[in-house]
Amino acid sequence: MRRRVIFFLLLGVLILVTAFITSKGKVGWMFLATPYEILKQTVRHIQLVGVAELLAVGVGVPLGFMLTRPSFKKVSSLILGIVNIGQTVPSLAFIAIMAPLLGLGFKPGVAALFVYSLLPIVRNTYAGIRSISPSIIESALGMGMTRKQILRRIELPLALPVIMTGIRISTVVNVGTATLAALIAAGGLGELVIKGLVLNVPELMIQGAAPTACLAILLDALLGRVENWLTPRGLKIS
Amino acid sequence: METLDYIINHWDTVFIRIVEHIEIIAVGNGIGVIVGVLISIAIAGEGREGVADVVLYFSEIMMTVPSLALFGLMIPLLSAIYLPAIGFLPAVIALILYGLLPILQNTYTALKGVDRAMIEAGRGMGMTERQILFRVKLPLAVPVIMAGLRTAIVINIGIAAIAAFIGAGGLGTLIFRGIRNFRVDLIFTGAIFVSILAIAFDGLMGQVEKWVTPKGVRIKGPLR
Repeated sequence: MRRRVIFFLLLGVLILVTAFITSKGKVGWMFLATPYEILKQTVRHIQLVGVAELLAVGVGVPLGFMLTRPSFKKVSSLILGIVNIGQTVPSLAFIAIMAPLLGLGFKPGVAALFVYSLLPIVRNTYAGIRSISPSIIESALGMGMTRKQILRRIELPLALPVIMTGIRISTVVNVGTATLAALIAAGGLGELVIKGLVLNVPELMIQGAAPTACLAILLDALLGRVENWLTPRGLKIS
Repeated sequence: METLDYIINHWDTVFIRIVEHIEIIAVGNGIGVIVGVLISIAIAGEGREGVADVVLYFSEIMMTVPSLALFGLMIPLLSAIYLPAIGFLPAVIALILYGLLPILQNTYTALKGVDRAMIEAGRGMGMTERQILFRVKLPLAVPVIMAGLRTAIVINIGIAAIAAFIGAGGLGTLIFRGIRNFRVDLIFTGAIFVSILAIAFDGLMGQVEKWVTPKGVRIKGPLR
């Protein structure tokens, strides 16, 4: 209850601040971003995050699954090692390295975000499936389930909460990294922040920063809900 | 190859940037860990679950706010109270805030998770509440706190790189300068060294974590 109050209060303050500043129109002789521009960049931001995230889920979850199969045992430790190291690489460094390799613009931005958000998803999918107790798999085998059935009816539902946590973390991180993607001309709300910093107009910075913060907080709460909703009833801890 | 040339020819510049980077992290995380542990001790007492929930939730939200956005929001706030809004200070404040969640959460769970029997035993030996805190609870929590600090440092090395954007110095400076002038050698130098720093500190803190674990005590891994 208290959490909900704080949540809405914070969202309200961020939105009000943005609205108030935007209503000023300009500071001195500097024109601020119009509501239309903020909306456009927000949509761009969501596109960046959304496309990268969907691709990452599409690739990351199957990859994580594959790594748990016995036949991939040799490769899996290598790939997981790379994933672990990749996760320690700071986002700015990652975006910066990607820039000369992939070029500038929206597509390279999405590509960089995709690779970066892949890591927590692969890691969590792997951890989620590995955490299932072997006795559950045994009993499923004992009941005469095929491997495919075990995958669909046992492993996937039981690992789902952990996989969702990975997706939530990577989405929230992605919203932040996407602001940096503005540095390689991918657009998004980061562009307003960077413009504000370069031109030394704090108002412009807030116009970019407040909606970004809103977006991150909202997505975190939303995906938290989905996570809760997808957790099988028997697994829920009060 | 250009990158290697740059590193060799400008090693002194690169070295200064590395030192600056470590400085920011050391100050930010040093203050962060003290603040985090103090807050945790304050909120881990009996009957403070309500306050604890609010504080933990605040630190969770803090974590979701993108760092570039935080710097953007901090500049007008800090200049409103006549503090330097760019440079070292805002960078350190940001590091403290971002380091708070892992440290707070770990310390809080560790303090809360101390076996009741141990506390009872301490009390039975005639320890005061303060002695129980300093001689029983905290030593048991140290490895978990260290694990939190490790996560915080790894995150903060990345944040400190972004802080170069508001003039805090460090390796991020090389990356931003490289992006602005499209100098691939600068970009790679900065990015590679930041990454090495993060990986090295991760490994180092892993060792420290093992080293500070009291002999004979093995607490289950923290929430990571």
